[in-house]
Amino acid sequence: MRVTFPHMGNLYIPLKAMLEYLGVEVVVPPPSSKKTLTLGVKHGPEFACMPLKLNLGNFIEARELGADTVIMAGGCGPCRFGYYAQIEHAILKDIGCDMQMIVLEPPERHISELIVKIKRIAGNRSWWQVIQAIRFGYQKARAVDEVEMAAFKARPKELVPGATDEAYSKALSLIDGASSLDELKVARERSEQIMAGVAREPDRPVLKIGVIGEIYTLLEPFSNQRLERHLGLLGAEVDRSIYLSEWVNDHLFLGLIKGLRSRRDACAAAAPYLRHFVGGHGQETVGSAVNYARAGYDGLVQVFPFTCMPEIVAQSVLPGVGKDYDIPFLTLIMDEHSGEAGLMTRLEAFIDLLSRRKETREAYR
Amino acid sequence: MNKATGNEKPLRVGIPRALLYYYYYPMWKVFFEELGAEVVLSSQSTKGILAQGLKHAVDEICLPVKMAFGHVLDLAGKVDYIFLPRLVSVEYRKYICPKFLGLPDMIQRLGDLPSIIDVNINLYKKNYDLYAAVKSVGSLFTSNRLKIWIAYRRSLKALHKYFRLLQLGLMPDEALAVLENRVKNGPLPYPVDLNVAVIGHPYNIYDPYISMNLIGRLKAMGAIVFTAEHVQQKIIESNAARLPKKLFWTLGQRMIGAAFHYLERPDISGVVHVAAFGCGPDSMTGELIERRARALHAPFLNLTLDEHTGEAGIITRLEAFLDMVRWKRAGAVGV
Repeated sequence: MRVTFPHMGNLYIPLKAMLEYLGVEVVVPPPSSKKTLTLGVKHGPEFACMPLKLNLGNFIEARELGADTVIMAGGCGPCRFGYYAQIEHAILKDIGCDMQMIVLEPPERHISELIVKIKRIAGNRSWWQVIQAIRFGYQKARAVDEVEMAAFKARPKELVPGATDEAYSKALSLIDGASSLDELKVARERSEQIMAGVAREPDRPVLKIGVIGEIYTLLEPFSNQRLERHLGLLGAEVDRSIYLSEWVNDHLFLGLIKGLRSRRDACAAAAPYLRHFVGGHGQETVGSAVNYARAGYDGLVQVFPFTCMPEIVAQSVLPGVGKDYDIPFLTLIMDEHSGEAGLMTRLEAFIDLLSRRKETREAYR
Repeated sequence: MNKATGNEKPLRVGIPRALLYYYYYPMWKVFFEELGAEVVLSSQSTKGILAQGLKHAVDEICLPVKMAFGHVLDLAGKVDYIFLPRLVSVEYRKYICPKFLGLPDMIQRLGDLPSIIDVNINLYKKNYDLYAAVKSVGSLFTSNRLKIWIAYRRSLKALHKYFRLLQLGLMPDEALAVLENRVKNGPLPYPVDLNVAVIGHPYNIYDPYISMNLIGRLKAMGAIVFTAEHVQQKIIESNAARLPKKLFWTLGQRMIGAAFHYLERPDISGVVHVAAFGCGPDSMTGELIERRARALHAPFLNLTLDEHTGEAGIITRLEAFLDMVRWKRAGAVGV
């Protein structure tokens, strides 16, 4: 069994670590690229959202590298992600790419449904080892997120252009290379030093921008045209409403690990604007917008794939947040036709607007 | 809260003629009328109503929701309440769609509207108390608990009668005419020579403006039209159960189950699938239906509607489709 999974930003690092800890042979698909998307667009349904098309491309490319089994997450709606795996399986079968699918669904009747599937992946490893593997994976996810957060802070102030990107990829590969909890500890410290070592100009003025929206387009840089990097290079310190480790803590550990930002706060903050969950991360998007505005951020960028239903609802109520808290926001919708140049123009204009606003405000103070 | 009593002017409750009006209107109407309120429907869908919706909704949203915005705005100023329940789930472990979940919040943002009755209807979990929601709506009109209970029972009865009429093969407007006792002797039906199934969300196919009178046109072209609402729930469920995983959309399941049923029925010559541009569930269920149709070599037409769809284009495609179906039936090879 050679296992693969879809890409979503740096998800491959913790997931690979977890599976290899269990002794499973892993094939990481090539990073999402134009070719991946082209494959997905060719075989996927026209009106499906972009993550499905990228998933499909990932699977096809991983199969070329010898993968025969796919691990995929499931769901119970109302976001259409819950039906991704089944549609993808049918498409793969039709184009002669018959791969086994192990879909990790939230159990409908009994927890045993999930246990059976985990056992299929883990083979005859003990439950203790499974738990250890999950712990190891989580630690890696946290380490990766910390590196990413450090990069968001460093980028707008870097002295040498490109220094942050270089440090970022170095730190990531260090974490990726760690194969045990002890090694990971060392790698984590080392990567922290690397990120701290990026030379910066401390008093360069920066704008603070909160990036909110749908989880896949937030986490996968290919799908958002490396939005956060562009914002950083334009002189904005970015924070993102969803990090992988927070998501894992919220949804898989049910908030077991304390001290992390949780979706509950976001949902509570969304209350006056959106009083009911709408699937996906719609309510979190609105709530995070409120939280960022309260924390004094200069602007917000919402990003989601074309036709994403929960985010459209969020987009409909966001003007209320923008008006009440007097915070500008930009909505970016991604699909296979999005181009980087168009995005750059819009980001530059948005940043110009924000910095002028900030200057005027400070002048009046 | 002012309550309607004796000879006061009754409270007027507005119901937008959009979205699940096509399923639940008979129930809502009986319920409010039993409580002594006057039910006001928004006007028929028109270009003007859609234009209002387009002006106030975000571009990204689908056509039927834009139309619903227009219908709500049409009621503004005419009524005391607008009935716009948050239909989270009308069936165990199934949702409608994220936009239904957020609809009252999106509408609320428009401002300058009569008070909105946006009670949550959520049957996703088994132990949900639907009657509690009914009571909270009813208490806006009367404090008499018994009256609310009777109104609820009568409204359920009306709904069941309506669904039975639909299953007899009536279209929603015909069924409503029967319920309201205003059946007239219409013109003689067109001569028909084939059966066609139209599969789509009820608010798309039954709204004559959104669908550009698709059903009427098919009838005029000599087809008897079958829809998902004509199929019994049992048949829908057994057909939808053939999917590898249960669908979590009520309307999606209805469409899939009915489409699978009609695709295999020998007396149905073709299936027309109507989707709204940008509809999430349609993008998934449409794909599944199309795959099945291809596997069965059944005539299948997919129409995607948005506010820019032109009437002429639809007519051309319908004519071409029916021509193809007729050739195929006559034994043409390679169709």
